[in-house]
Amino acid sequence: MASSNSGGSISDRQHIAQQRLKIIAGHLQRPTDGGSAILPSECKAQGSKPDASSERKTVPRRRQEIMKWNGWGYNDSRFFYNKKGQAEFTGKRYRLSGQIIPGLKDWMESTFGSSLQHKSTATPILNSSAVPPPILNEAFVEELKSTGIPFSHEAEDRVFRAHGHCLHEIFALREGKIGRVPDMVVWPNCHNDVVRVVELSCKHNVCLIPYGGGTSVSGALECPPEETRSIVSLDTSQMNRILWIDEKNLTAHVEAGIVGEELERLLNESGYCTGHEPDSMEFSSLGGWVATRASGMKKNIYGNIEDLVVHIKMVTPRGVIEKNCQVPRMSTGPDIHHFIMGSEGTLGVVTEVTMKIRPLPEYQKYGSVVFPNFEQGVACLREIARQRCAPASIRLMDNEQFKFGHALKPQVSSIFTSFLDGLKKFYITKFKGFDPNRLCVATLLFEGDREKVLQHEKQVYDIAAKFGGLAAGEDNGQRGYMLTFVIAYLRDLGLDYYVIGESFETSVPWDRVLDVCRNVKERIVRECKEKGVQFPALATCRVTQTYDAGACVYFYFGFTYRGLSDPIHVYEEVERAARDEILASGGSLSHHHGVGKLRKKWMEETISTIGMGMLKSVKDYLDPNNIFGNGNLL
Amino acid sequence: MPSKTIYSHRDPMLKKRDDFEDILEERRNSSDLRYALRCYTPVLYKGVPPIKASMLKSMVLQSGQIRYIISQVSKEMGRANDDILEEASAILDEMAQRLQLSTVRFFVFTLSKVFKILFRNICVNEEGIQRLQQAIQEHPVVLLPSHRSYMDFLLVSYIMYTYDLALPVIAAGMDFIGMKFIGEMLRMSGAFFLRRSFGGDKLYWAVFSEYVKTMVKNGVAPVEFFLEGTRSRTCKSLTPKLGLLNIVMDPFLKGEVFDISLVPISISYERILEEPLYARELLGVPKPKESTSGLFKARKVLNEDYGSIHVYFGQPVSLRSIAEGRVNRCQFNLIPRHIPRKPSEEIHNFVNDSAYRLVRAQEENMVLKPWALLASLLLQNHHQDQKMEQTQGIALDKLTEQALWLRDVSRQYGAFLLWPDHMPPSEIVSSSLSLHQGLVRISEGRVHLPQGAVTPEEELWSQAVIVLSCASYRNQAMHIFLRPALLASAIHAATSNKKQEVFNTFSFLRNMFSNEFILCPGATVQDFEEACYLLMKTGALQASQQELVVTEKGHRTLAFLTSMLDPFLQGYQVVCRFLCEEATENLTEKQFIPSIRKFIVKLLLSGSLRYTEVLSFDLQKNALAALLRLGAVQKIKGVLVIVWLLKQISNLCVCLGGKLPTQNAVIARL
Repeated sequence: MASSNSGGSISDRQHIAQQRLKIIAGHLQRPTDGGSAILPSECKAQGSKPDASSERKTVPRRRQEIMKWNGWGYNDSRFFYNKKGQAEFTGKRYRLSGQIIPGLKDWMESTFGSSLQHKSTATPILNSSAVPPPILNEAFVEELKSTGIPFSHEAEDRVFRAHGHCLHEIFALREGKIGRVPDMVVWPNCHNDVVRVVELSCKHNVCLIPYGGGTSVSGALECPPEETRSIVSLDTSQMNRILWIDEKNLTAHVEAGIVGEELERLLNESGYCTGHEPDSMEFSSLGGWVATRASGMKKNIYGNIEDLVVHIKMVTPRGVIEKNCQVPRMSTGPDIHHFIMGSEGTLGVVTEVTMKIRPLPEYQKYGSVVFPNFEQGVACLREIARQRCAPASIRLMDNEQFKFGHALKPQVSSIFTSFLDGLKKFYITKFKGFDPNRLCVATLLFEGDREKVLQHEKQVYDIAAKFGGLAAGEDNGQRGYMLTFVIAYLRDLGLDYYVIGESFETSVPWDRVLDVCRNVKERIVRECKEKGVQFPALATCRVTQTYDAGACVYFYFGFTYRGLSDPIHVYEEVERAARDEILASGGSLSHHHGVGKLRKKWMEETISTIGMGMLKSVKDYLDPNNIFGNGNLL
Repeated sequence: MPSKTIYSHRDPMLKKRDDFEDILEERRNSSDLRYALRCYTPVLYKGVPPIKASMLKSMVLQSGQIRYIISQVSKEMGRANDDILEEASAILDEMAQRLQLSTVRFFVFTLSKVFKILFRNICVNEEGIQRLQQAIQEHPVVLLPSHRSYMDFLLVSYIMYTYDLALPVIAAGMDFIGMKFIGEMLRMSGAFFLRRSFGGDKLYWAVFSEYVKTMVKNGVAPVEFFLEGTRSRTCKSLTPKLGLLNIVMDPFLKGEVFDISLVPISISYERILEEPLYARELLGVPKPKESTSGLFKARKVLNEDYGSIHVYFGQPVSLRSIAEGRVNRCQFNLIPRHIPRKPSEEIHNFVNDSAYRLVRAQEENMVLKPWALLASLLLQNHHQDQKMEQTQGIALDKLTEQALWLRDVSRQYGAFLLWPDHMPPSEIVSSSLSLHQGLVRISEGRVHLPQGAVTPEEELWSQAVIVLSCASYRNQAMHIFLRPALLASAIHAATSNKKQEVFNTFSFLRNMFSNEFILCPGATVQDFEEACYLLMKTGALQASQQELVVTEKGHRTLAFLTSMLDPFLQGYQVVCRFLCEEATENLTEKQFIPSIRKFIVKLLLSGSLRYTEVLSFDLQKNALAALLRLGAVQKIKGVLVIVWLLKQISNLCVCLGGKLPTQNAVIARL
């Protein structure tokens, strides 16, 4: 563990992580479920604890005890307006926790025209009578009981696994509307449990929907309303062991239910990391990453999931699929991993994965650069990509998002800091002549050994300078990354005040980055206006990843829906129009969120009819009876 | 069956049009100099300040497209890249505008003086200006004025200056550059010049299109060009040219701008400056080469009264909204956008349809003066007289009565007619006649066109000049009557009243004339329905499920309408006859016009043809184009080869004459 460096950044981050973990641990120590003691013995035996000394932190089966049933994240963390009308973030988990955010109210009011007077409260607790009674396949239940694999058909458990985090899903929950939900939840404890559950499902014709972290934003977890069979949600959360670490090959064999943050924590204890850090890593699972072709913030160093995976074990209705070796590359026909990655739970359940691991980096440093405008910023990122010297992470926020980030600055404690902030602002806008309504900021994260990081940092800042970029400090950078964890919480605050919002992403070739950003933002604003939205809409974007041939662009949009009779319909139409615009401007259907059910209608034009046929034939072979019937992708 | 299709009629009478303001009025009351020097602060596209000419040049030369073409040309011709780059730079220098406010101020001053002498008023719809101002801030704007006179583009810039709008850059023909001093002046007032033909010159085309695209993309200035490509000598709208429209639409189709506003502008002249020149040109006296000294010779026009000008800025058309559902923009995703590609059929059809739509929008907002109606009536009367071989003309009060009748009809057809209702009709008629005294004679209370014996050939030509000038005013009103006139002619020519039969004939005529008039491709059914609707609305026609019957009071209308189209029908018929009777084995395209002209003169002199306007080069050219399009004639290495059997052509000829039943065989061919 090399946190001996002077830059406080890395230790800070770890500090946060540890704090979070302490809380999770606290939850875990509570006796959660009487049945949790019944574990099949063979699985227990497998649960070896390699060099790691600390215990496992498992997501409880009754997730609703620590997490919101109708919003994002932990129950204890949320934004609210205090009596003085100032925004505050509760809890202790995050850096922003317990802080007052003075600028947020004004920003919300000026951006969305929302006001504190108009509050839309969510249904506080789940009304179990609104949940349709489970359709149970008695024979299946009987046989499942005999295996000893824990399961539940309590309403709360079922509702929790009936949704991801698309706006329409959360909105419906807040209104207390419950549609088709799984009829049962099972918690297999290991690969063999999964094999058994899948076998039984095939035998009794039960529909299985794998459930990992539940962070889907593609409607992938929604139950097809027309499904008449019993739907069983297969929750992988109890399969979260690191089975072994191979230091010679730098690989780790891990059960697929492990949550990102836990995986990193456990590996860190052995001095390793995977480096895979999607924004949802607090909650999302390894199996989910594989099933959706996830991408992590630091992919520039570690790669995306497809680069990280060495071996996958998946249970399908036909049987278990895996390779017979764990090699870096092979030429043996099309890579079967690529049938699995991105299959979105339509073919089977990923149970175990061998992943590359890396020694923990010695040094981490944040940074930021201010550009006079977005065009210059994109040009700079393009040059950095051309020279292949992108830091672990580089993100470019547009002007609206820069302002948004600014609004989320916590209250400054000392006069000195606020004086410094004022001075910085003066320097940039007055002395350097940056237009505050056009400037944008890039946030950077460097990782590696100290000397190389400093060298790298200089190289990047030199390039930035050629595009008019000014270094704007570590603090701005770090705050930028912190925001990605809390921003999901912010939507719930918006929803409390009639503001609905969503994010979506795409990948674009370099020459079209600006075109896609401009056209999509303008399309959103125009569509909102045309669809009768009475308040100005927010449309903002950031470039979040750079590649040799293009970039990943992430959009946020939101608007105040007061005065609309069917806000979700309006919102869906705007989102659809935005996706049409992306495709027409040369962007992709998705960079890392996946297709789910939300983006299915564009699949055929995206991969061609023949491509669809290829995928369908794989599905038909592996799962002719549509046991994995979540209806995603195809 | 056309009647089955659902087509919602928008009653043309309900079309809402803006009011006009006279911008000369203020000029007559205040100093032109102060006006020319006043503070000019236009609103700009997205508030971005204008890009300097030198900056623009380097943007063009460094663009992906130019670099691509340079390396291509260099490979093909084995020339050094730098060499070609220099050539490109020279092309750009020759082409580029160098808009300068001082020059514009000079023009504003001079034009204020000139306009006040020449015209009574210059009327502009200010609501249109407001819409344009809004559009300029939001999206790149393309101005598309109608083209009837050299005056058009100076006039548009003048108006833009007047209303504090961003000054446009204008695509102009290279012919102006010949006018040494003036050419440069125009360049400095925003004109950029393109060669009329650059056939295979890849580099030229690339530089040119990149130059225009760069200006559109960056919203440097509103880009202005003439869809019709050249001044219409006949005052009918010309079928649109697609080249520039293709270029300006490209940045939108390739996603480089969010939207583009296309603004049709209709400029109507009560009396056209070039009036006598046009008729001569149409008769084959070549167009004088633009020269500065020529311009000074033309200054005698300063002594005449040219009435008023109406400039109507139409509703900006959002390219995005007309492309919605018609163009799949994904088609540009698979090839780098800087590599020039021939537009796909989908794109071509879209651009073509849009072009027609825009020209139609120009037509719809063209202001008609009473004189256009009078000219139509006088011409019809003239032809009637010729038939009777007399020169009695028409009594003034009868003319007034007819004009009033026609006023009501044209209003019901949706004409944008400025008829001063507060004035007694006789006064309106006489003041119109006096403005155009060169074209009419009034003797003993009767009005007629100057007319002499037809025999001596010189007389024929001088009469043709008058007739063609008159016809050009009639043509201003042609788009109002065109669809009903096609229907009237179809009813006249069809064998029965059967709706289907009439529709077939209508469709045949419409197809035949689609080079002559603005008839949107693929809108046959719509046009038919519209024509039926208008004739029924005015009580000229009754329709049952199966039949169309002309009513008692409808005969007058139908007679008028068929006479409107008759010169064209006869003209096309003559062209067919010429091909049947006179065309030799190796008639080249170049010989076509002189020889057909000879043929027509012979017919006119022999008295077997009445319409002197058939001598119009424009009509002959359009007829030939139609025959080429229909496949009756083919062009092989410049030689016109008649493909159809003579019988087929003479059938066609007969159909046009409407003397025999429309033969299904011919229809089938078409």
